[in-house]
This record gives sequence, C-alpha cells and structure tokens, in this order.
Amino acid sequence: MADQTLHGAHATPEHGGLRGWIDKRFPFSSLWSAHLTEYYAPKNLNFWYYFGSLSIVVLAIQIISGIFLVMNYKPDAALAFGSVEYIMRDVNWGWLIRYIHSTGASAFFIVIYLHMFRGLIYGSYRTPRELIWIFGCLIFLCLMAEAFFGYLLPWGQMSFWGAQVIVNLFSAIPLIGPDLAVWIRGDYVVSDVTLNRFFAFHVIAIPLLLIGLVGSHIIALHQVGSNNPDGIEIKDNKDGRGIPRDGVAFHPYYTVHDLFGLSVFLMIFCAVVFFAPQFGGYFLEHNNFIPANPLKTPPHIAPVWYFTPFYSILRATTSNTVHIWMAVLVAATLYALWRNRGKPARAAVFAIGGALLFWALATIDAKFWGVVSMGGAVLIFFFLPWLDRSPVKSIRYRPSWHRAIYVLFALNFMVLGYFGIQPPSPLAYAVALTCTLLYFSFFFLMPWWSRLGTFKPVPQRLVYKAH
Amino acid sequence: MKTIFRRLGLGLLLGAVLHTAAYAASEEKEIPLDHAPYRVNNLLALQNGARLFVNYCLGCHSAKYMRYESLRSIGLTDDQIAHNLMFGEAKIGDTMRVAMTAAQAEKWFGTEPPDLSIITKALASHRGSGADFLYTYLRTFYRDDSRPTGWNNLAFPGVNMPNPLWMLQGQRAARFAVGPDPSDPSVQLKTFVGYTQLTPGTQSPTEYDSTVADLVAYMQWMAEPDQLLRKRLGVIVLIFLGFFTFLTWKLKSEYWKDVT
Repeated sequence: MADQTLHGAHATPEHGGLRGWIDKRFPFSSLWSAHLTEYYAPKNLNFWYYFGSLSIVVLAIQIISGIFLVMNYKPDAALAFGSVEYIMRDVNWGWLIRYIHSTGASAFFIVIYLHMFRGLIYGSYRTPRELIWIFGCLIFLCLMAEAFFGYLLPWGQMSFWGAQVIVNLFSAIPLIGPDLAVWIRGDYVVSDVTLNRFFAFHVIAIPLLLIGLVGSHIIALHQVGSNNPDGIEIKDNKDGRGIPRDGVAFHPYYTVHDLFGLSVFLMIFCAVVFFAPQFGGYFLEHNNFIPANPLKTPPHIAPVWYFTPFYSILRATTSNTVHIWMAVLVAATLYALWRNRGKPARAAVFAIGGALLFWALATIDAKFWGVVSMGGAVLIFFFLPWLDRSPVKSIRYRPSWHRAIYVLFALNFMVLGYFGIQPPSPLAYAVALTCTLLYFSFFFLMPWWSRLGTFKPVPQRLVYKAH
Repeated sequence: MKTIFRRLGLGLLLGAVLHTAAYAASEEKEIPLDHAPYRVNNLLALQNGARLFVNYCLGCHSAKYMRYESLRSIGLTDDQIAHNLMFGEAKIGDTMRVAMTAAQAEKWFGTEPPDLSIITKALASHRGSGADFLYTYLRTFYRDDSRPTGWNNLAFPGVNMPNPLWMLQGQRAARFAVGPDPSDPSVQLKTFVGYTQLTPGTQSPTEYDSTVADLVAYMQWMAEPDQLLRKRLGVIVLIFLGFFTFLTWKLKSEYWKDVT
C-alpha cells in the first residue's frame, strides 16, 4: 500500500502554469495519477467488467434527468399525475427527459444485477475486498429504496397501491408494526403527506447517500485494486518499478475500453427510450396511466419487474411455508447440538435459541415471516464474504458443477421474478416456494458446498490473449 | 391484501389442476380483441378521428391534458381548429374539458366517464393493446333492455356507457346460444353467435370499421402527441450511436493492440 502512495507522489512531475498553481493548492495531479493514469487494473477484464462503469453512468443519467423533472413536477396529490402529463406534453423535450428517467430506473437494476452476478462468479467479495462488497450491498439497498420512493411520484394506480402494500408490510411487525406503518406514511393511508415525504427521500436523502456510498465503494476498490476473472492478485507480481506485471493503466486503456462499452449500452438504452419506452408494460405499467384512486383497488397489484424476485419470496411465505421453516429450524438446531455435543454450555445456547425462534415461528403471523424472508433475501448478500469457503476465488478454477450451481441460481432468480409478476395461483405458489427454498439453500449451505469438489490449479499469471 | 396473502395448503395443490382449468374457462369468456389498424402516421385518419372525437366523445369524456392547439401537429390550422373542432367558450390554448360535472355523470350513468387523454395507454392489458381494446369495444355494442342504458357490450360486459356511435352503426341485438360447458356439463355456457340488425345505420359495416379505426388512431395519437417525433428522432440517434460505437471500437483496438 505504502509503495503505491509513494509511487504516486514520486511519479508526478512538477507542473508549471495553471496546473502547477492548482497542484500547490489542491492535489489534482496526484489524484489524477493515483486514480487514473497510475491506477493499474488487471489486463484481462472481460465483458462482465463493463457493468461497474455503466452503473456510474446510469447514476449520472438519473441524477441529471431527475433534476430537470423536478423543475416541472408537482409533489401534490391533487397535481402530481397532471404534472407528469404536463411534462409529457407541454414541457419542451419533457417526454424525452421523462422516458430517459423511467428507462434509466430499469437500466440501473439491469446493470446492477449483472454487476453483482460478476462479483458472485469471480469471488470479487473475498479477502481483501469485503468492504467493497459491503458498500456495494448498501448501494443496492439504497437503490431499492430510491426506486420504491420514486415509484409513488407519478401518482398512478400502481404507484398508490404498490406503496400501500409495501408500507402495510411494516404493520406485520409484532407490537410496534401498526404504529410504525402510520409513522412511515404520516397518515392512516397513503396520502399527500406520504407523497411529500417520499419526494423528499427520492430527491434529496437517498441520492446523497447513494453518491457517498458510490464514492466509498470506489475508494475501497482503489485501495485494494480490481479483482479479475482469474481471481489472482496482480499486486503479488510487480516489476522493478513497482508496477504490476499483469496490470494496465486505467487511463487510457480502460477509459477507451469502457467508452466502447458505454456506446453499446447507449444503443440499447436509446432503442428502448425512443421505440419502446413502456417496454410492454414492464418499465411503465399500464395501470399507472390511471390516476391514483384510494377507493378502487386494482384486481392485481404487482411491483415493477426489478422487485418481483423478492416480492415472490414474500408471497411464497404463507402459514404453510412457516411449517417448512420450522422443520428446517429443528433440523438445524439438532445439527448444532450434535456438533457441540462435547460443549454443554454452547449446546444449551443453541437449544434455547432454537426453542425461542421456534416459539416465535409458531406464534407470530406468517405475514411477518414473509417480510423477514423478503428482507433476509436482500440482506443475506452482505454475508457472502464469510459464507463462501471455496479455496479459489474464480469460477474458472472451481469444479464444473459449481458453475451449474451459479447458472441455476441465476435462473432461479429469474423464475422468482417471473412468478412475482403473475397473479397468485396454486401453481405459482408451488413454484415460488420451491425457488425460495433453493434461493436460501444456495446461501445457507454455501459454507459446505463451496468447499466440495476438485478444484483446478490457479495459474501464477493472468490468462490473457492479446486482442 | 387478501389476494396477496392467500393462504393455501399443500393439500390444495392436488386440486390445483382443476382450479386452473376453471380459471381458463372464465378467461375464455373474454372475447378476443380485434387488431386495430395502425393509422397514427396517417394525417387524414387523425383529422377525421379528431372530428369524431369532439363530436361523439367530448360530450361526456374530457381529455383534460390535451390542448386544442396541439391539433396543429396533425396538419390543422388555428382557424380550422377554432371553427370545426371547438364548441362553447374554449380558447385555442385550453385543454379539452367537459361541461358535464362529476355529480351529473354519477346521476346519469352511475359513474364518472374516465378522462380520455391517455386512455389507450391505460387500457393495454394481457388481452392486447389499448387501441385493440377500443377498436373492439366500439364495434361490439348491442341493445340489451336489461341494462339501465339499454346497451351492453361484448368486449366490456355490463358497461355503463351507451353506444355513442349508434346512428352510424345502427342498432343491433346480439344472439347467444346457451349450451352445456364442454368441460363441465353442469354449467350452462352463454356463447355469442351473431348480431341481428334492428335499425340500419348511416354507414355500411366496412365504413363503420374504418370510422372506428380513425377514432381509435386519434386517441392513440392523443395519448402521446410527440410519439412520431420520438420515433423519427430515435432513428437519427441510433444511426449516430452506430457510427460512434464503430469509432470507440476502433479507438479501443488501437490502444489495446500494444497490450501483450
């Protein structure tokens, strides 16, 4: 670490003129070299590594388009719906700004999901990158909050009833639940008060948090350096000048590389914005073109596509599902007792803990456990660095059947998403329940399965084929 | 919330197949939608649609986000708009309001007619696009004395709206065959078999279909008056991005060819 800072300081030549004047007052040149021209990234970064820089671009797109929307939007239950139509019709280029923002919301989740999957398959969350991963998970949480708050603002039927359903989930929490839900809404139902506070969160609070977290994510990344598809530390192999032999300077190599990626991304993004901005009802739901009506519940309430995997997990948790969780809990407790059969004190803790949790499962309403499952499905990502016990980071050197597990996990996630959009039916319940169990098994059993199988030898140097 | 947290036992899963079948049968009762001809890029159709809209729809339905002056972009002059399409004291910069109040609507029709500004977007569903729905709906009215308005509709059974275009289409009655449901003989199924023309309309069925298509095209256009500009602009943007992608690809290759 020390030599990198030293290196940066030494390598920066003294500049004259304006740059010299600035450098004496602000570390422009040393920041520039430390983070761009002398920040070395592995030279074998592949397709999956485009999505980090794309996430920043989409964040910028959302902030800039958002600023222009706020200039014309009215956060008032009586005016909100109309002000969106005003933006679409009467504001110059308003329709373009609005479609950029609505498409950007979906694009954000697409690039983030792909970015997270990259981390999963190449073990990017493992030592020494645990904090990058945790900052990333916090960003994901903020992004979900940002999307949820923002979705209320157009004040359509789905905006209103989606917010109503999600805020009502908090009322499932024992004792404080109902009061908590009222406290979040600021009213007994979603109303003008709720709209105003969601607007404040969407426009100020969460974006500030997001920008701070993204900054921390990148600072942490530049502290340890990027992982790569081989899962090897390039800093372990440096030349005489202290430069990693398998690294290339981020600027210009990865700036031109990511510029190409950005250009391809923009083609897809603009194709949606200009030719299919509603995306068949997935990016802008049909029902949301009907103004919010608190007296008329839509027959089928579904969140926007990017929340549906988690929504599916929520819906899959019925009182019947809780019985399955109870059986799993009993099995896990018995296993823990057997493991600690020589240590009576520890065994007692497990027995009491298991019994208390069993009692809670048996007495508290299933709706609460649905909320716990949905929240747990998101929060479990934070623990990945400690759940994964594989001796190698990258999927490339793990047993082939590990690959199958990751592919299945991704498919499982998509199936959950699909059934989260569909209206409830017995078949959808059965599928969603199976997928929920698989989803949690992937994480909870990871300490075991990630160690199993024959691992391939990891090479000393990166695998790289010149372009 | 009750639909979301429907509690289902695993034992019910055996019955699932039967249940799904019953579901499917009730779905089948929804008549399939006819495909609306795409005429949003046809100025004559849009102008005819605008004329029909202000004459037949705007009496009860508002289009309160749509300004009269926006009709300029379908090739109409301010004079044409003011003399042919505006009634009462509206000004060219006004939106399309309706004189009927919510209370009157409630009294006369039992419900407030929805605003039509973005109705084609709102009516899209698993059945088809909003335009397809409107095109089918406006062509499937029939006389039904059991309804308060004397009218019923195949695409939207039990609708509170009478047929606004009956003078063009003429009045029709619907014939239904009642027979046992093939999948469950204990249930009597009512199937539509055809219409009986009661009074002639001023238009032939073919002319009437075209009239409705124009009206629907107008509503489709009105839902987003800038949609044609959007698509034209999209072509230019994508051509530029295609060129830009080629350039960035060459730039990237130029830099990376030295990396070994």
